Order: sequence, then structure tokens, then C-alpha cells
Amino acid sequence: MPAKTLQWLFGALMAAFLIVPLLVMMPLAFTSSLLLVYPIPSFSFRWFVELFTLPVWQRAIVNSLIIGFGTTALATVLGVLAALGLRRRLPMIGGLIRTLFMLPMVVPAVVLGIGMQILLARIGLANTHLAVIIAHTVVAVPFVIVSVSGSLAGIDRRVELAAASLGAAPQRVFSKVTLPLAMPGILTGAVLAFATSLDEVVLTLFVAGPNQRTLARQMFSTIRDNISPAIAAAAFLFIFGTLLLAAVVLIVRRKKEVATI
Amino acid sequence: MSGKSFLQKSGPLLLVAPLFLFICLFFIWPLGSVLTQSVSDNAVARLLPETAKVASSWDGQSAPAEGLQAAFVTDLRAATDEQAVGDMVRRLNSAQSGFRTLMSKTLKAVQDKPEGPIDLVALDRKWSQPQYWKAITDALSPTTDRYLLAAVDLMRNDAGEIISQPPKQTINVAIFGRTFWISATVTIFCVLLGYPYALLITVATGWKKQALLAAVLLPLWTSLLVRTAAWFILLQEQGLINSALMDLNIIADPLALIFNRTGVIIAMTHVSLPMMVLPIYSVLLTIPKNLMPAAASLGAHPLRAFVRVLLPLSFGGIAAGSLLVFMSAIGYYITPALIGGAGDQMISSFIAFHAQNSGNWGMASALGIVLLVVTIILYAVYERLATQRERSA
Repeated sequence: MPAKTLQWLFGALMAAFLIVPLLVMMPLAFTSSLLLVYPIPSFSFRWFVELFTLPVWQRAIVNSLIIGFGTTALATVLGVLAALGLRRRLPMIGGLIRTLFMLPMVVPAVVLGIGMQILLARIGLANTHLAVIIAHTVVAVPFVIVSVSGSLAGIDRRVELAAASLGAAPQRVFSKVTLPLAMPGILTGAVLAFATSLDEVVLTLFVAGPNQRTLARQMFSTIRDNISPAIAAAAFLFIFGTLLLAAVVLIVRRKKEVATI
Repeated sequence: MSGKSFLQKSGPLLLVAPLFLFICLFFIWPLGSVLTQSVSDNAVARLLPETAKVASSWDGQSAPAEGLQAAFVTDLRAATDEQAVGDMVRRLNSAQSGFRTLMSKTLKAVQDKPEGPIDLVALDRKWSQPQYWKAITDALSPTTDRYLLAAVDLMRNDAGEIISQPPKQTINVAIFGRTFWISATVTIFCVLLGYPYALLITVATGWKKQALLAAVLLPLWTSLLVRTAAWFILLQEQGLINSALMDLNIIADPLALIFNRTGVIIAMTHVSLPMMVLPIYSVLLTIPKNLMPAAASLGAHPLRAFVRVLLPLSFGGIAAGSLLVFMSAIGYYITPALIGGAGDQMISSFIAFHAQNSGNWGMASALGIVLLVVTIILYAVYERLATQRERSA
């Protein structure tokens, strides 16, 4: 076989290795079988029905939404403020603070989970939705900072200076120039924060009580204990939800671009 | 005017302050709690305050004086929290076996006789032996290094020297070894698969390049839990891989792919691969395209040109990717928990087990601290490499 063919064969196999596991889940969400295996006997919505009618799954979906939106709000506000602050050169401490804000991405989740459980119990927040929102925000905030800092770095300073030189007060420059220009990054950060919260399992295992079980947590124990196609249906919702959010962001960004042109 | 300049000066700090406080409160403090938990040892000290007061008067060799015994009895009478007493007994029993029966006998005697002195030695001969009292007085110090030492299979002997644990109790070093071994295997697979793949993206053009890039980025945006669940479906006994291989008559019986090391390594490699490909790709992009033809025109065999030219130039990317993959792999919990068997659980599973199933927070925290320190060191190296590359670029 010529080297060129071998090259592309490798490329195709690798791409399949990377992509097939993402696709394999989708059809199983619509199986009529009790088992999570191929081939699918016939098409059915029964697992979605179970997801939306069985109390454990219902509560898990509601919890995931509450905690997801709570995390998004908290992480976006804190992250955007911090990214704006870090935009100015803070002598000496700027780099240190940025590293500190990035560390939650690096620290093993189990270690952070133990610490959170000890601390949240001590301050009386154990087994509350707020506790889970706080824990998720700690790991979601780095994504907001990265994406907002990225879009802030792309803003031409001269545009803001021009606005100021035309007599706009600092608040007005911020709300009319800086904020709209940074909006794509803020929206991306918000979506990433929501996705992080939706997918978080390990911290949730430590800080959530039985009333805060999220969809991801429920999926984790279902895979562990009694694997059923309900997890494929849940995974479908997961991917569908994330895609929906990403689409919303794309549309908003498109509109913004059209508006600014 | 001065107000404005104050605002301008402190504005950035004011903006950073909310997140800074939040991170200190809910990130630094929890990690600090883990550290304190790993060295704190108050299960015994908080129940025996009177004993602690007179403990220093005992020489630690002879049978203890009346005063110490009386203080001990006073403390036991005052201890009413059953769970705390249970914790104390467990702690003492782990230092000196035989304490469990001794304490239940003693506690019963204390309950039966709520006042007046109790002759402990008459109650049980063990109370005349110094090692039981030594275990108590040793446990009175509020801090201990026993959890941290035990996390790496060490202990202190009676003389206070650090020695290794008896072979039957050594398990943690083996689990750390397993964790590092699995992570290293995954890292090597990621390099072997990821480097050629990144190279292929660099040389590809048009839709092929887009497709190859999309194949790396899509998994990165997909939920880790969904990816792990997908591998569960693929690898199980009646899973897609086994049924495909059996339909093609390549194998007669299903291969064991799940609940073992093979499955864990396949799934972890899939999850980590994008973290390897992207740093290598970004470095390969910076290497001038004409170097390899130049080496070839000077007579170098393609393999020689690769080893002498391309590989050294892209080493930074391999190092960054490997550190990233290894660093995240050693902290994995979900994938081994769902795909692995009992023999493939990594250190995170054991940390979670100590904390949640056996309530041994000291041990869980000590193991966590070891894992944390290793991760932070790797991250520091990674950051150093990244800034060096930025500077040289």
C-alpha cells in the first residue's frame, strides 16, 4: 500500500475512534428494548416518557436546571468582573491572581470535593442547592475568565479612546462600547459555565444531598447500578440541550455582528 | 479629582475582589481544610481533657500513676457523645490492637459505677501494661503525621522513628503506583496516536483538514459522562465492538473489554487524546514547512530528517500535551469507576471510599494531599514550559 493511502487510512480510523463513541449513544435513546444494546428492535419514545414521568429523573432534570442556571449566573457575573479587572495591568499580582483563578481546573475533583464537603458542612450549607451551585461555580469560573479575557483582548483600545474623546463618560464607554464588543465572549463563557455544571459529577457526589441529585449524578449511579436505556435518553437531552444553547449563542452573535456592521 | 484617580487606581482591584474572595472562601479554604484534616488528630484529645492535663507527669515506661487513671475515668464519665466515643475507640484500636474489647469493658464499668474511683487494673490486666497508656498519651496531641505517613505506607515505631508499614498493610504505594502506571500508559498511547494525527492535520488541506480538526474538537465539547457511557455501550459483552468482531468471524467468543484494564485504557485514551493533539498541532503550525524538504535535499532519509529536525522542534508540544494528559489522568474518578474492575480503581476512588464509605476523613485527606502535591508540581512544570515557549516565540 502506498504511503499516502496508509496516511489517510490512519486519519480516517483515528477520526472514527474519536467520533463514533459520540454518535453511538443517540439511536439507543429511541430503543424499545429494556437493554442498552444493539440491534434496536423497534423505535420507541418509552425512555423519554420514563425520563419525564419517573420522579427520580424528573427531580434530577429540575435540579440540573436550577443548579445549571444558578451556576451560570454566579460564574458569569464573578468571571466577567474579574476579567475586566485583569484587563488592566496589575503590577506583580496580576499573573498570580490569574493563576489562582485557573487552578480549580487543575486540582483533582475528588480532593476539592472532600474539602468542600468539610467546609460546607461547617458553615451550615451542606445538602442545599446553594452548596452545589457554589461548588460548580468554582470549577466553571475559569472557563468564563478564559473566554471573556479572550474577547476583551481582541477589542481595539482606540475605539474606547475615541468614544471617550468624543465626550462619553466612562460608564457610557463601558456600556455602549466595551460591553457590546465583549458580548460574544461573555455568552460563550456563560454557555461553557452551564455545560460544566450540567456535566459535573464528582463534586456533586460530595456536596449534594438526596434532594440535590442532578441529571449527571443520576446518570452516574444508573450506569453503575442498573444500566438502562434511560441513560441514552438522558445523554440525548444532554447533547441536545448543549447544542440548543450553542445555537442560541450563535444566533445572538450573528445578530450582534449584523447590527454592528 | 483625587477621588477619580483613586477609583482608577483601585478600579481593577475592586473588579477582581469579588471573585478573589469567592475563590479564597470556596477553593482555598476547602483545600486548607483537607490539609488540616490530614494532620489533625483530635478524636482522642477532645474527649480526654483531664487526662491530657496530667499525662506529662507520667514517664511512659512504668505502670501509670493513680492520678492518670483517675483523670481517665473522670473523662470517660464526662464523655456522653456515643459517636465521638466510637471515633476515639477506633482511633485507639488502630494504634494498639486489643483496645476495642478493653474499652467496651471499661466503658461498661464506668457506666455501672457513676461515682468514686475505679481500679482499672483489677478490671483488666491490660491496664497495667504501659503500651495501652502510651497509645492514649500519644493520641492526645492534636496534630499527627500518622495519616500522611500512612498515605505512603510509612509509620512510626515505638521509638518514634519512621519505618515502613508491615507488608500486609501496605496498599497505598501500590495504588499510587497503579494510578501513575495507568496514567503513563494512557499518555504514551496518546503520544503514539496523537503525534501522527496532529502531523496529518498540519499537512492536510481543505475539507480534510476541517474534518480532522472537527474530529478532535467535537469530543472536547461533549460531556465526559456521555463519552464514558458511550464506551460502556461499545465495550460491554454484547457491545458493538464484540458483536462486530463476532459477525466478521474474527473471534468466536466475546472479548473481555469492560471492567478490566483494557477498557479503562481505551476509554481514558479517547477522553485524553484531544488534550495531546491540540498542543502538538499548535507547535507544528509554527515550524516552517520547508525544513523537511531542505533536510531531504541534503540527502537525509525521511526517517532521519524526522528524528533530527521535526521531532526536536516539536518536542515542546509533546511535553506540554504529555503533562496535560498525565496531570488530568492521575485525578480520574468517573471513567475507572464505570469502566474499570476492582483492580483498576485509581487513587481518587480510594480517596472517595475513605471519605464516604468508611468515614476516615484523616486518611482520605492525607491521600488527597499527596495527589494534590503531585498535580501541583506537574502544573508548575507545565506553566514553566508554557512561559518559556511564549518567551522564545
